[in-house]
Amino acid sequence: MSEATGEGLVFHPMDQFIVKPLFGEGPIHWYTPTNAALWMGITVMAIILLLVIGTRGRAVIPTRIQSIAELAYGFIHKMVEDVAGKDGLKFFPYIFTLFLFIVFSNFLGLLPKAFTPTSHIAVTAVLAMLVFLTVTIVGFVKNGAGFLSLFWVSSAPLALRPILALIEVISYFVRPVSHSIRLAGNMMAGHAVIKVFAAFAPLILMSGIGIAVTPLSIVAITAMYGLEVLVAFIQAYVFTILTCVYLKDALHPHH
Amino acid sequence: MATEHEAAEMAQEAGHAAAEAAGHAAESAGMPQLDFSTFGNQIFWLLVTLVVIYWVLSRIALPRIAAVLADRQGTIAGDLAAAEELKLKAQDAEAAYEKALADARSEAQKIAAETRAEIQKDLDAATAKADAEIAARAAESEARITEIRAGAVEAAKTVAKDTAAEIIAAMGGKADAKALTAAVSARLKG
Repeated sequence: MSEATGEGLVFHPMDQFIVKPLFGEGPIHWYTPTNAALWMGITVMAIILLLVIGTRGRAVIPTRIQSIAELAYGFIHKMVEDVAGKDGLKFFPYIFTLFLFIVFSNFLGLLPKAFTPTSHIAVTAVLAMLVFLTVTIVGFVKNGAGFLSLFWVSSAPLALRPILALIEVISYFVRPVSHSIRLAGNMMAGHAVIKVFAAFAPLILMSGIGIAVTPLSIVAITAMYGLEVLVAFIQAYVFTILTCVYLKDALHPHH
Repeated sequence: MATEHEAAEMAQEAGHAAAEAAGHAAESAGMPQLDFSTFGNQIFWLLVTLVVIYWVLSRIALPRIAAVLADRQGTIAGDLAAAEELKLKAQDAEAAYEKALADARSEAQKIAAETRAEIQKDLDAATAKADAEIAARAAESEARITEIRAGAVEAAKTVAKDTAAEIIAAMGGKADAKALTAAVSARLKG
């Protein structure tokens, strides 16, 4: 990474994304407990806290935590039912798993010093590929060769159909790419921008112009943080609803 | 002046630094996201995480929440049904009350009419009895009056006969009883 300027302003906006071993130095094997593994574990703990510990009362009149758990359940359940249809509800636990992992990773990643697993393309690509593979397999198992009618736009004029089919096929294979890069890119960009603004904040300790720059950068960090809170939820929502849309294509390929 | 100039220079330098940092980040291994040596690690832990979350959700959390939601739905539906039932019961009770009231009113009217009829009957009977008594008394009185009247005529006849016989005797005659009676009767009739 680039070192500081001579006078001391330090810019390391990407350092927060470095995956490092939790204990000691050394190479990262596939099993090494890293900060990524730690924050994924914290995500799991938070999910268990909300959905298992929070609902242990099984109260008909829910406690606050139980209502949040029920709200999340109802939100995704309704989304799957509305978008993918009744037969999509078989996949509800799977989609709910994806949603919870993403939304908790995003929000926990907003804690200072936290690591955000969803800001890594390796993670989001696996999530997107899981969706892509599931949807493709389900599509062929449910509809057989009929699944290919997804690419054959029967409502278009006959002459246009081969061209449209080509476009549809390309767009189908681009889905996992856009699906994963959208999430990772959003998370990475927001965190990096906050870090850049943060690097300007100590300028007041070094020179007179800091009197103007420091408050400005603090205001900017605050504003960006607010935006990131919004983005954290919206990106989880977008990822989940796109999963539902793709699932709908697999279950009902005939438009 | 000097400090101001210095500050301006510094800001410029800072800007340069940011640009440089961005440039550095773009080239070489600037983006930790593209450090492929960590991919295996991240993917492994991600799969572990997803499996754990999926297991916890499908085994514990989702059935529990679904049960709670169904329970609540059932409770609400039950409460609504109970409320509906109670409402119907209240309506029934009101209808029964109205009916009882109407019954009582008609009963009261019936009793009043019966009583009135009974009283009328008693009254009629009493009136008839009184009328009959009055008629009987009147007849009796009439009979007695007739009797008294007859008695009076007889007495007058006797007195007149006796008086006539006395007068005739006093005048020195001898009164024929038969002639006397005939004469008195004729006079009394006349």
